[in-house]
Amino acid sequence: MSLNVSNLTVHHGAICAVNQVSLAVPTGKLAAIIGANGAGKTTLLRALSGLNHPTHGSVMWKGEKIVGMKPEVLVRRGISHVSEGKSVIPELTVRENLELGAIWRRNAKESKESIDQVVSIFPRLGERIQQRADTLSGGERQMLAIGRAIMSKPQLLLLDEPSLGLAPLVVEQIFQTIRDLTTSMNLTVLLVEQNAMGALRIADIGIVLNLGKVVAMNHAQALIDDPAVRAAYLGY
Amino acid sequence: MESWRKVGLAVRKKIAFFIILGWLLLLIGDRVDELRVYQGAQIAMYTIALASIVLLTGYSGQVSLGNGAMMAVGGYAAALTLNNLGSPVWVAFLIAIVASSLFGVLLGIAAARLSGPYLAGTTLALAVGLPSIANQFAFLGGEPGLLFDVGFPPARLGEEFSQYKWFFWIASFIALLALFITSNILQSRYGRTWRAIRSSPLAAELSGINSSRMKVLAFTVSSGLAGLAGAVLAMTISLVAPGAYGLALSFALVTGAVLAGISSLPGVVLGAFILVIIPEISVAIADSLGNADKLNNYLPGLIASVLLILSVIFTPNGPGEKLRGHHHKKK
Amino acid sequence: MHKILETILIGITTGSIYALMSIALVLVWRSTRVVNFAQAGQAMLSTYIGFEIASRTEIFWLGLAFAIVAGALLGAAVDFFFMRVLFKHAVSGAAAVVAPVIATLGLLGLIRSIVGLIWGGDFKSIEAPASTNGFTMGETTIPFSPLNLLVIGIVFSILITLAVIFQRTNLGLSLRASAYAPEIAQLAGIKTARIRTIGWAIAGGVGGVAGMLFASSNFLTPYSLDLLLVFGFIAAVIGGLESMAGSVVGALVLGIGLTFILNYVGSSLVFIGGFSVLILVLLIKPDGIMAKGRARRA
Repeated sequence: MSLNVSNLTVHHGAICAVNQVSLAVPTGKLAAIIGANGAGKTTLLRALSGLNHPTHGSVMWKGEKIVGMKPEVLVRRGISHVSEGKSVIPELTVRENLELGAIWRRNAKESKESIDQVVSIFPRLGERIQQRADTLSGGERQMLAIGRAIMSKPQLLLLDEPSLGLAPLVVEQIFQTIRDLTTSMNLTVLLVEQNAMGALRIADIGIVLNLGKVVAMNHAQALIDDPAVRAAYLGY
Repeated sequence: MESWRKVGLAVRKKIAFFIILGWLLLLIGDRVDELRVYQGAQIAMYTIALASIVLLTGYSGQVSLGNGAMMAVGGYAAALTLNNLGSPVWVAFLIAIVASSLFGVLLGIAAARLSGPYLAGTTLALAVGLPSIANQFAFLGGEPGLLFDVGFPPARLGEEFSQYKWFFWIASFIALLALFITSNILQSRYGRTWRAIRSSPLAAELSGINSSRMKVLAFTVSSGLAGLAGAVLAMTISLVAPGAYGLALSFALVTGAVLAGISSLPGVVLGAFILVIIPEISVAIADSLGNADKLNNYLPGLIASVLLILSVIFTPNGPGEKLRGHHHKKK
Repeated sequence: MHKILETILIGITTGSIYALMSIALVLVWRSTRVVNFAQAGQAMLSTYIGFEIASRTEIFWLGLAFAIVAGALLGAAVDFFFMRVLFKHAVSGAAAVVAPVIATLGLLGLIRSIVGLIWGGDFKSIEAPASTNGFTMGETTIPFSPLNLLVIGIVFSILITLAVIFQRTNLGLSLRASAYAPEIAQLAGIKTARIRTIGWAIAGGVGGVAGMLFASSNFLTPYSLDLLLVFGFIAAVIGGLESMAGSVVGALVLGIGLTFILNYVGSSLVFIGGFSVLILVLLIKPDGIMAKGRARRA
């Protein structure tokens, strides 16, 4: 278990957004985190990447306690977070957005190789490599965001609602790409989604959050088959 | 009808308070020496000036460094009236208020659309530049300035009645009157509206408050007060000159207001006191360290700046906040 | 015809000094959302240090170098000790809007007092590294001197250097990213706090150059750089506080405009002219002439 979350509690002012959450994700597995709006999914990711500070609880990543570490430090520990809706800097070009993810590695050669790698995964980015990011479509921006995250050669990838606002066909592509990356790069992935079906279909593990608490955690397929989950989140 | 009586009572209480205060000042004025009486007049002047900052920044939330310039407008207007029209002193003071209020309207119209650093920077520009304008125009007296002479104290006060004591009486009277009126304004719905605009501009707009107009009004009243203070200042030094109204004055005003509680009207007395004390303290320090010119010129500024920084960091809402504890968290 | 040309050339010279100040202000604004009025104080202190070195060694360039280093160190120090402390004491209540601005003003006053206590208030002059006599072409002497040309040269070298740093280096990319979207930059592994301090250091160094150039063309007192701050601010506003290129253009336009007023109308209206420009821009096009209609966040 490379990621171990134990009794994590995170507050937003007076509101308890994440309430005693415990979960574990094995290396190389994709865990889908689903739940209604306001269930605490985004806050959970932000706590894992260091943007929010938990009030209680601990997080073990690769055998190290990471609670309280700053985001830029966690990046160097292999954690990459693609935050909800705004992980791309519109004023910078595609290339600059990507390069940003690898600056901390301080290796120009590696950085260039990584860009080539990202472009081979997302050819559309290659076509637009010199353009400003605000000229990109929604789907392309999401690809760019994921691409930037890959540039830091992460081992843990945190994705917050990558399908938000995208057309179904694009969503399919992105989900498939995420699945492929998980396998090919042996990533551990936490995928937060409102698109519960799409997420569970590509996931190994499924976690259901409601009002900040874990209400179900199982193999993804088991959750898809679970009538209660089906009724609440899968719409049938 | 019950509420009318209540309001009447509150106002009557306030009037009584001010009258008693005035009486006390009279007594004090009789017992202290010339220097203290003069400083008393200065304190009175600063209270009026600081009240203008409390209204503008503490209540309506607009950071302006322009009140020093508004004081200049008032001072010059009063001097010109006094010298060229030969009018009585109280008319001159009235003209000072009118003139500076008019400038306040203009500044307010420009400022209503600005916020934060834009407003601060613009008024900083005004503070830096306005006094130099006086240097350029002959009828404003240039660098040496114009004389400001309110005349001798009336004969019936006796031969022993000094000029400075006269200044003190006039300044205190004006200050008490100004504070009384300002206090009423701040406690009225105008004051409440300003505070609403400051703490939650969006909510204020949504409840139908015309923010722009209220902001301009704040500038107008604040400038009027500042102009009055400027005229009082001119009286105490018998002079209006650009040097008296420079950037240092605007700084001092902001400092005094922050030190005493930026939204506390009663605090202006404390702030005024501090502003007058600082030069005293620095003279004392300078004397003990060897009376160098440099020390006299720059030590007051040093002390004031340090106090300002410390209080902005640790008690940004004034020491009163700490004393009042958690009762008034959102003043 | 001559006079117009002279006016424009002098205008470009003064404008380019304002440009340095305005770039420094914009740089700090973009990275921290604070207009740091204390930058005038930082520039002042750096310039006095430069003055000391220059007058003792009689080498202007050494003084300039010291001014740059002093400015950079001061900028970093102000960010590190002052700004971080300020933001840690989160402010609420009446003073919330007001506190950072007032704090930087307090710092300006503090630095000015310290400078005054050390050096006194009398007029100091910095020996310029080039002649202040106008160029002669045959029989005519125009008021444009080698010093003016040098000033323009120095400023534009700095501008080009900054442009290269910002557009072509990883440091520049980090600076831009941290200014545009600090959270995203953090998630990309950028140490945004350190980058911000570097940005302040650069701004401080640039301010030091501005102060040295301004003082060597005028004179030096604890108050003489106030005008530089004011005009630098106006230039930044004209260009829109978000755009460094815009503020350079704004500064040049301002410099030329003010020089026209100076030469054709009279010195008394120079300040009024500048102030009117400020008010006009703020009322008509608050995002600055260069901005593309982005919302102005104060």
